Formats: sequence, C-alpha cells, structure tokens
Amino acid sequence: MKKYILTGTLAALLTLGGLSVPALAGPEDVVVENAWSRASIGMNRPGAAYMTIRNTGDEPVTLIGLTTPLAMMPEIHETKTNAEGVSSMSPAGEIAIAPGESIALEPGGLHAMLMRLQEPMTEGDTFPLTLLFDDGGEVTVEVPILGIAARGPED
Amino acid sequence: MQRRAILGYGAAGVGAVALMLFVGWWRVDGPGAPAPVGQRPVTLTEMDFRLTDHEGNAVGPETLIGRPTMAFFGFTYCPDVCPTTLSDISGWLDDLGDEADEMNVVFITVDPERDTVETMAEYVGYFHPAIRGWTGPEEQIARVADGFRATYERVPAESGDYTMNHTASVFLFAASGRFVTMIDYHEPKEFAVPKIRRALEEEMEGAT
Ligand SMILES: [Cu+2]
Repeated sequence: MKKYILTGTLAALLTLGGLSVPALAGPEDVVVENAWSRASIGMNRPGAAYMTIRNTGDEPVTLIGLTTPLAMMPEIHETKTNAEGVSSMSPAGEIAIAPGESIALEPGGLHAMLMRLQEPMTEGDTFPLTLLFDDGGEVTVEVPILGIAARGPED
Repeated sequence: MQRRAILGYGAAGVGAVALMLFVGWWRVDGPGAPAPVGQRPVTLTEMDFRLTDHEGNAVGPETLIGRPTMAFFGFTYCPDVCPTTLSDISGWLDDLGDEADEMNVVFITVDPERDTVETMAEYVGYFHPAIRGWTGPEEQIARVADGFRATYERVPAESGDYTMNHTASVFLFAASGRFVTMIDYHEPKEFAVPKIRRALEEEMEGAT
C-alpha cells in the first residue's frame, strides 16, 4: 500500500516533468457507489454483492479480484441468459474500466459472488469488500446487507 | 455466424462427435433464438407430474387449473438470478394488488437434492406471501421441466459445490391451463405487468 502510494507520487512527478509513464491508477481515481448485498440464509449458500465502480482518472484501471473477511472465495461473476432464456453464471475474469467509464455490478449481470461464507450475512449489517486492481491498487468499500428480497441499493 | 458454425460442423462432418457437437450448439446458442413455437410449454392439462408444495401438500398440474398461473424454475442456492426473479415477481404482485389475488404463483426448484420441503418453506417465506415453493423427486422435476420446455443442468462450481443453469423465464398460463406468454428474465415491470394482466384477462373471458 505504501509502496503503491510512492509509485503513484513518482508517476505524478514524472508526468509533471513531461515524461510519459506507464498507467498507474490510484485508488483515489476509483469511486464505488451504491454498494449493496442481500442477506443470506445461513452460511451454505453463496452471497452476491452489487455496486457501481467508476474510474474517474485519466488512465484505464483493471479490476483483477476481490478479498473480504466475509467469504473465502469472493470472485467477480457474470450471469448470462441465452436466447432460450437459460441463465448461467461464470467467473468474469479481469475487467478493464476505461477512463471516465464505470461498470455496473447489478442483478442479472456482473456480481461479486461471495463463495464459502465465513458467517451468515445478516440484514442491517455491513461487511468490508476490497477490490484489487492490476497495478497493485486496492479500494475497500463497506457493503450494506439488505433483506433477502432487496431489489436495489435503496431497498 | 450461425451459418459458419453449420458449415464448420459439416466439414468436420462424419461421425457421432460432430452430431453431438451440433446438437449441443443447437441447444445452447442455436437458431432456437426467441423461443420457437415448438418450444412453447404444453397446456397444463397435458402435463403429468407429482410434487410437494412448501407446506407438504401433494400438488400437480391440476392444482393450477381454474386460476391463472405464474410459474418459474430456480433453486434456493442461487445467489443472483433467483432472488432477483422472486423479488421482481413480488414487485409485480404488489403492483397488481387485488387483481393478482386469484392467481397461482409457483417457484419450482430444479435442485431437489438441496431444496427440501423445509428449505423451500423457509426460502419462499422471505418473498411475497402468494409465492408457493414446489419440490419433489428428481424424475418428477424432470417431467415438469419437460412439460414447460424448460431446461436445467447441474454445473460444478469452483468452490467445490455445484450450481444450476436453468431457464429463468417466468411462464404465464390462463385459468384453463393454456400457455399465454413468458416474461424474460429481469424484464422491466412496464412489460411484465401487462403480460400478467393478459393471463388474468384471458381467465375472465373464459369465465363469461
Ligand atoms: Cu455468481
């Protein structure tokens, strides 16, 4: 983390000096909005969390993974529904976010799949979820746990 | 794209392997596109299956005849699609209010191994009270799905567990048991609610 900030500062200095440097997106460039998740029944079922991840910087950022004390295997998943109406879910891999762009983790599309829960997700609680980026940056958000039947961040 | 795939398989051509690949492709991404006529569910009166609802009552297709029906497939270990659909349905029912009172709403599990009667009871309890949860032996689930022309498949998950791919559309039947239409997964309320009204209105026409 410290090293990360130092390289970021160095990059900024080099940029100011007119030199071209490789992209280094700082966590300060990544804004996470409207995070929410649903309560779980017990710990045997996987949970899912949703949010909007916005890249406010000038360089692309690439989301490569997640960590959270809540789940042993958190992973970005994508639900796809084919022409015949059959839904399936699979790991989404790395996700690049262009400068000024955002990605939406929302029901039926991308979601933070929380596999192997370490404790039940209880309505009214929150849990920390850390987004890991390819340049070593990380952003931690506190995700509210809403009811099982919640449909969106306002529910 | 589709043409290229056909030519490709034709060239690879001969044996059973190519045929199997073709059939797999056909079923997964194939020209099936927006549900062809052959893929429409049969009339409820032509279906034959025996399941148990979340209160332990024996149920079958005849349970649904006489009132319009909204039904869909899922499983309670489903983190994304199923709670979303159940919440959507709960919202549509809230919108319809009294209009939907005389409607059957059924959530049929495709994962009977984990979704016992008790599990279904706990799960549906979190959603709109009109929603019934149906489970039963695997071979009976297969028969329901077949009648609905729905598909499901058990898929290993990285966590060591398994997940289920399944038809996520919501099916609407008239009180007579006739299939009316489908609501696609996560279809906006503005489209879903009028479709439900169509199923409800058909019932009224039939009654007069
Ligand atoms: Cu998932």
